[in-house]
Amino acid sequence: MMKEVKLSTALKEEDIRDLRIGDVVYINGIICTSRDMGHLKMIDVTEKKEKLPIDFQGGVIFHAGPVVKKQGEKYEVIVIGPTTSIRMEPYSDFIGGLGVKAIIGKGGMEEGTSEALKKYGMVYLQAPPGCAVVLGEKVEQIENVFWLELGVPEALWVLKVENFGPLVVGMDSEGNSIYRDIRIKGKKLIEKMF
Amino acid sequence: MREVNAKQIKEKVKELFLDANFHIGEDVLNSIKEALLKETSETGKNVLNMILKNYKVAANEVLAICQDTGLAILFIKLGQEVHINGNWEEAINEGVKEAYVEGYLRKSAVTDPVFDRKNTKTNCPAIIYTEIVPGDKIEFLVTPKGFGSENMSRLAMMKPADGPEGIINFIVETVKIAGPNPCPPTIIGVCVGGTMDQASITAKKATLRKVGEHNPDPRYADMERQTLEKINNLGIGPAGLGGNTTSLWVNIDYKPTHIAGMPVAVNICCHAARHASGII
Repeated sequence: MMKEVKLSTALKEEDIRDLRIGDVVYINGIICTSRDMGHLKMIDVTEKKEKLPIDFQGGVIFHAGPVVKKQGEKYEVIVIGPTTSIRMEPYSDFIGGLGVKAIIGKGGMEEGTSEALKKYGMVYLQAPPGCAVVLGEKVEQIENVFWLELGVPEALWVLKVENFGPLVVGMDSEGNSIYRDIRIKGKKLIEKMF
Repeated sequence: MREVNAKQIKEKVKELFLDANFHIGEDVLNSIKEALLKETSETGKNVLNMILKNYKVAANEVLAICQDTGLAILFIKLGQEVHINGNWEEAINEGVKEAYVEGYLRKSAVTDPVFDRKNTKTNCPAIIYTEIVPGDKIEFLVTPKGFGSENMSRLAMMKPADGPEGIINFIVETVKIAGPNPCPPTIIGVCVGGTMDQASITAKKATLRKVGEHNPDPRYADMERQTLEKINNLGIGPAGLGGNTTSLWVNIDYKPTHIAGMPVAVNICCHAARHASGII
């Protein structure tokens, strides 16, 4: 039975292991954006044995590049939405090792991520794609920003969110994946066509 | 000869990119509403409702529909009787820059694609296709093109013998491979013929044709219908979470080609199919 769950950060592993594909999640607390260059930067910092700017234990990584407005010294989010997650596929084990418990994005990820979700007790959450205004409304404020030298979309934005969702569990910590199921079904149809 | 100042061009380009990023076309809006009536998946319906809500709030609050406000692409018909006072390309790029900076649209352009990947902070350079036509007007068709869908586009240099069936299969296969990534429900722009480059440009332009309008040639219109039906049987659905609304429409265009070839370009556009047009 699909369930609707409200979770607060820092996320607890037992809550995450309880989620199944199709469940709907809303998040309260802190989420961080990261995309292609942000992940490479995180790896670079870690390899140099330097300290990451934030603690990712129980954390949430959102594959996104926001549109922001600078008001005096402070930034505010105008709109925000998910980018295609598959580009970040190589880094799932790495971020799992950092203690990240949820990845938010779109389009799902592959088998390497599925393994990392099982290993670390993580979950992949699908955000509604191309709905940047309604998602942006769920961001209360920007807590902090790091690595702006990567450019605004690629920087590490630390966001305080309220009822951030609806997010659909696309991949769970048991190895299930909505995307895999649909892919297999579609493949069968294509094979019939050719 | 009609005189047009570079400033007028800049202002028009700016106006059109702002309009395109904030307002979805009536055709796309209606096709989502129609899809909602036919969608069988509950999650699919929820996603479609969320998309509709997002269009509405974006327009009301004058905000970008999607955070990926794309690369700036322009198809321009430049009347041969027009004389431009000032620099054509500079004026267009200035218009793009002002729209993206003043309209709080995301600047997504990077300089060198391999080594530097440095954000230009203006969303320039724009990608400009100019056609010289009779008359003394300048017609603009602009589209901010997001890369979730652009990344999933494909080109095949097919054999003439592959025929309509081969083309349909290639398009459906492309949508299948794209899966959830291009933000379904999508609009599929296709060009058959021309050369590799002409097919790609024409396919992009085909994504901008009105949803609900078929190719006037009934043979191509039939291919469009067949392709859409097969795509929507793939089960990818809204946001790729399952359902029968994977694409809203398929636009197939064609160009004369070489005796030895049949290029097929498939350009995918997300449901935030943003474009605007205007005349100077």
